[in-house]
Amino acid sequence: MAVLALAEHRRGELRDPSFELVTAGRQLADAVGTDLHVAVVGGDVEGFADALDREGVDVIHTVDHGEEFVADVAVQALEGLVADGDVEHVLVPNTVNGLSTAPALAERLDRPIATDAVAIDVDEGVVVTRETYGGKTEATIEVDGEATVLTTRSGEWPPAEGTGDATVEAADVDIDDGAVRTRVSGFQEVGAGDVDITEADVLVSVGRGIEEAENIPLIEAFAEAIGATVSASRPIVDNEWLPKDRQVGQSGKTVQPDVYLAIGISGAVQHVAGMKGADTIVAINTDPSAPIYDIADYGIVDDLFEVVPALIEEFGGEVPDL
Amino acid sequence: MKVLVTISEVADVDDEFEIDGLEIDGRYLTYDLNEWDNYALEEAVQLAEADEDVEVLTATIGPERAEETIRQALAKGADRAIRVWDDALAEASVLDPLTKARVLAAIVEEEEPDLVLTGVQTADDSFGATGVALAAAIDYAWGAVVNDLDLEPGADTASVHRELEGGVEELAEVDVPAVLTIQTGINEPRYASLRGIRQAQSKPLEAEDLSGVGLAAEDLPLDLTLTDLAEPEVESDVELFEGGAEETAGQLAELLRDRGVSA
Repeated sequence: MAVLALAEHRRGELRDPSFELVTAGRQLADAVGTDLHVAVVGGDVEGFADALDREGVDVIHTVDHGEEFVADVAVQALEGLVADGDVEHVLVPNTVNGLSTAPALAERLDRPIATDAVAIDVDEGVVVTRETYGGKTEATIEVDGEATVLTTRSGEWPPAEGTGDATVEAADVDIDDGAVRTRVSGFQEVGAGDVDITEADVLVSVGRGIEEAENIPLIEAFAEAIGATVSASRPIVDNEWLPKDRQVGQSGKTVQPDVYLAIGISGAVQHVAGMKGADTIVAINTDPSAPIYDIADYGIVDDLFEVVPALIEEFGGEVPDL
Repeated sequence: MKVLVTISEVADVDDEFEIDGLEIDGRYLTYDLNEWDNYALEEAVQLAEADEDVEVLTATIGPERAEETIRQALAKGADRAIRVWDDALAEASVLDPLTKARVLAAIVEEEEPDLVLTGVQTADDSFGATGVALAAAIDYAWGAVVNDLDLEPGADTASVHRELEGGVEELAEVDVPAVLTIQTGINEPRYASLRGIRQAQSKPLEAEDLSGVGLAAEDLPLDLTLTDLAEPEVESDVELFEGGAEETAGQLAELLRDRGVSA
């Protein structure tokens, strides 16, 4: 019996969630009393296997096929490994590529899937804790059946450390290239503009609370008054009110400024992933239960359209006419 | 070419709310078109506007209440709609991704679209898994988290950008027929015009139960069960500035100056 965890890599490097998955996988394997196997599919499988040999890993299966991570290939490889071994639970990181892989695998194996777990417990079966309604609620979900596919949220488990003594095996699975219907032709960095928000010491970051494009100058005036750089959360960039290279978060940039001022930002997990490393976090938001206050050091629960003009005046700036 | 777009109606929760058993008290919920699906719909409608031979069909799993949201989608340019609901679905505490995928698969098998567009996720349950599970269920190719799509009607591959983490996009070719899960920001979703809203009233909206799409309750996995719903415990140690805007701004300004922030 085994728990099987899928490592993820991109452009020649293992991604951090792979090591967190080892920790989550070990915990689950202990809870059900079984071994932890790790699968690495594509890329420098031997180098990756070396790096993944951390404490708690029993077996590493390598599937040497192609350079980049392709979900089609990963699904086939995992299907093969599950068919060969006695795999109860398959763990996949809750990343873009993980979510491109796990649901297809679950459907092919006809196993239940629960995604974006922040905790996994074992009672009679697997019990997953996950956030719903944009993080406003936490749901506890029982997963029916002895065999599951689960994805784990990044940043919820510490990365596995230490050196393990895992057995590394080249997996005996055939990949049918005819059934691989997607091809990766390249990568591109988003919006390499003239401002690099990752270099800024102070960021004034704006979110949905600003309501309209016409109100953005208020934030720009504040940033100018305190010598800060303007960044944004996803909705602002989706609406094209600010360019893509200003986006902080999972799909944008990860920033670690001295001071991060989150204005009208609710603090969804995808945003927080990109800014939680800031030294001092200040939130201005009308909703006292907004998740941004869970990680903020200082906060003002008030209307940004009242507070920001007052701040601009404090610093001798000019409040724009909106 | 036929494009099928999945349309979900999702609940938005007020800032202040109460949980009643395993559900949020209905007084605190507002129902609307799922944000991601709005972008998927726009992408489909743009394909149809570029080529008159493109038909846009929407598929919804949801109760009769959802028809208002479906009419919105029709008003924005979809040609017709199918809605599936059943006691077996209504009684489930969680509509898990595989169950939704099986219901949608039944519609796809009947309609045989060339392209299926879904939102990356729904705003309420946020499994982010139904589209990819659907692709496996109907044996289509798939591309997840697409934020750029280039597809000539009749072509046998679609060129997509997939939004990965950390400001990186993957450029990929996906064989058609395909399921693509659409990310927000891929386009600028339109508002329905008055003319569109009028026309939507007479567009076909077909309501079916499970048997109507050739399924029975026992065909559905329904293997996730909600056992608890709670507000997350907050470990906040935020220091809140109190007072009117001028007072709080003054206190924050002092803090910022202490940290050496100035123009």
